[in-house]
Amino acid sequence: MTQEMDFKQKVEQILETVYDPEVPVLSVVDLGIIRNISVHGNEVRIQITPTYTGCPAMALIEMNIHAALDKEGIENKIETILSPAWTTDWMSESGKEKLKAYGIAAPMRHAKVTTAYFEEEDAIPCPRCLSLNTKKISEFGSTACKALYQCLDCKEPFDYFKCH
Amino acid sequence: MDLQEAKLKYILHLADNALILGQRLGEWCGHGPVLEQDMAMTNISLDYLGRARLLFQYAAEIKGGNTTEDSLAFTRNEWEYENVLLVEQPNTDFAFTVARQFFLDAFQFPYFSLLRSGKDKRLADIAEKTVKETAYHLKWSGEWVIRLGDGTDISRQKMQKAIDELWTYTGELFEVADYERLMIDGQFAPDVAALKNDWETKVSEVLKVAGLEMPAPIWMQSGGKTGKHSEHLGYILADLQYMQRAYPGMEW
Repeated sequence: MTQEMDFKQKVEQILETVYDPEVPVLSVVDLGIIRNISVHGNEVRIQITPTYTGCPAMALIEMNIHAALDKEGIENKIETILSPAWTTDWMSESGKEKLKAYGIAAPMRHAKVTTAYFEEEDAIPCPRCLSLNTKKISEFGSTACKALYQCLDCKEPFDYFKCH
Repeated sequence: MDLQEAKLKYILHLADNALILGQRLGEWCGHGPVLEQDMAMTNISLDYLGRARLLFQYAAEIKGGNTTEDSLAFTRNEWEYENVLLVEQPNTDFAFTVARQFFLDAFQFPYFSLLRSGKDKRLADIAEKTVKETAYHLKWSGEWVIRLGDGTDISRQKMQKAIDELWTYTGELFEVADYERLMIDGQFAPDVAALKNDWETKVSEVLKVAGLEMPAPIWMQSGGKTGKHSEHLGYILADLQYMQRAYPGMEW
């Protein structure tokens, strides 16, 4: 049993070195897309879930996970699952800190599905000057998971990893 | 038609809706009225392509043999496509694109919400992802209907024209195809006919806020769900399928 736990821990450590190619400061663990790790003899089976259905990074992420584990000589299988659907609530706290340091505002609140029009939204702090005087430019940003904002004080545009 | 056959056709119907609309929205890439809306439309397109892939992968597994998600997308002809006529309508202008999107989103949000509790686990899982993304799309399209309707004289006229001209393609959303009947009866799929009244109420609410007129009842076009399409689909497929038709099996 301990041996199995050690093995699993080793796999987790390796996964922490596999980064999201589009947000290269976040590991797949930080992102919360690793849903389950199970050990079957010499083989590890990993369940991952996509952030957005059309996320073009998923295939590369899967390949990078295989490569990182292969390099350590660990037999591995990856299965993609869709349910429960990924949410930014699963992003790690350290991941959110890394995002901010990278210049991307981290998801602010508990994610909920809403279709209300012209909804009043929480003020998103500028990741550079921390001002709350910011405005949303577009709900759809440089990748599916981000919205585009601008700081009205320091004038810098910035990405916001939107609650999803 | 047995249930397995009906299921395959039903999944292809959903996949074709997603692929064709994704392709249409993708045509805006680099041509949006402003950069942010160019990105919005191509982001929505990407969601549709992602959804199409999940559905085509499922359909390919059911069909078996050499079938792949790519062979389904790139080697079927017009009459084998089962998308609704609405998704193949041309982008025309920004108002048309917004109207087409709004009519569909207002239909798809409740539709996929219900599909989440359908008896087919795989479809329910796909619907769970889809609902969250459709919520963003619906906010985007609904807000633009309101902004343009409640904007200038010209924007209101253009928005009204788009609503009026696309209205004839909305009836098909609530028509049940024969393969769909079997899926509905087996509780695998939501009954589209039952969604019509709520949809009309939702649409009329938004049009009212936008200061736009609800179109009068007119004759509704149909046929897409059973493979009878408008001329537009051929042109879309010519664009979409060219490489695989010219160089079968090519990879890059």
